[in-house]
Amino acid sequence: MYNRGNIIAGLVIFAGLVSFPVYYNMGKEASIPEPKIDTPVIQQLDKKECVESKSFMRANHMQLLNDWRDSVAREGKRELITLGGKVFEKSLQNGCMKCHSNKKEFCDRCHSYANVNPYCWDCHIAPEENKT
Amino acid sequence: MSVNRRDFLKYAGLSTILGLGGVSVIDKLFRSEAEAAVFNPIPEALSAERWAMVIDMSKFKTADDYNRVINACHSIHNVPELENEKHEIKWIWTEKYENTFPHQSDEYINESIKHQPFMVFCNHCANPPCVRVCPTKATFKRKDGIVMMDYHRCIGCRFCMAACPFGARSFNWEDPRPFIKNKNLDFPTRTKGVVEKCNFCAERLAKGLKPACVEASGGALVFGDLQNPDSEVRRILSSRYAIRRKPELGTGPSLYYIIGGNEHA
Repeated sequence: MYNRGNIIAGLVIFAGLVSFPVYYNMGKEASIPEPKIDTPVIQQLDKKECVESKSFMRANHMQLLNDWRDSVAREGKRELITLGGKVFEKSLQNGCMKCHSNKKEFCDRCHSYANVNPYCWDCHIAPEENKT
Repeated sequence: MSVNRRDFLKYAGLSTILGLGGVSVIDKLFRSEAEAAVFNPIPEALSAERWAMVIDMSKFKTADDYNRVINACHSIHNVPELENEKHEIKWIWTEKYENTFPHQSDEYINESIKHQPFMVFCNHCANPPCVRVCPTKATFKRKDGIVMMDYHRCIGCRFCMAACPFGARSFNWEDPRPFIKNKNLDFPTRTKGVVEKCNFCAERLAKGLKPACVEASGGALVFGDLQNPDSEVRRILSSRYAIRRKPELGTGPSLYYIIGGNEHA
């Protein structure tokens, strides 16, 4: 084997560089996010529940939002949702966010943990949050 | 002890029935907790077979008459005011007489009509070319005749802008957000790279409100169902002579213009 020294040294450096992210992030495990639901509107609800169960929403909220969008925009099925003694619009901006007015702690926590970047807020206006 | 065939089938059948029943009982017990959300249609929603509008140009007299209508629309729909004219976004705007009715304009027409700005916006055509060319079905025609857009689907190809003979569509060359003075927090904005236009206030109709421009026009714009002979729109069309923009193209616009005062009409 020619140039044994160079090759082995090169391989060591290469392996070190490739596995750098693993070492770098070792022990710095990101904690599993817990989206917060203690907003003023939710506090006022008789019964703290969403349109579907927590587990369903956690897994399928994106599909549900797409279904709502299609039924509202295409079929004109703009409906009112009665929930926990209050009436909401079938809408992200005028429905979901009326309860979940804490986008940073509700939406963004999981989205940044899962590294997903939904483009909802390019157009929809997020509720103004109290900067405390 | 052996089980004969007949008994085995009996047991099997019985246990299947019990098993199925059991599943539904378990379902009821553990799953139906969050079924309390009730979806109801909005009772006061306005509906029609085909929405249309009559625009009585004789009622537009001062610049304020135009601006009031334009501002009513643009402010609730978060239409930006861009400095660059080439990037202009408009849902409702004014056009010169000869550009509004290019094949119907007459050189020797009444001077006041000739120089009057005309209120123009999406015609919500019966046979909309923009819908036909849209490759993603982002633009579509609703059952009530409203030509609407689903901005989620728009890929910004601008075929619709090329197809629309009325120039009713605008493209977002840049992010419109910084150019919206007072955002209406109940309506979305658009984003860079999508086309937008008038939606006949579909979101207001659903709540039982007439379009914002109609409300602000003080009677100059009349909105109603073209298929209903008793509607106000039909009543006006049967008594006054109205013209449409570029009817020769066969798109079937839903906007009717009444031009000239009562004395000659």
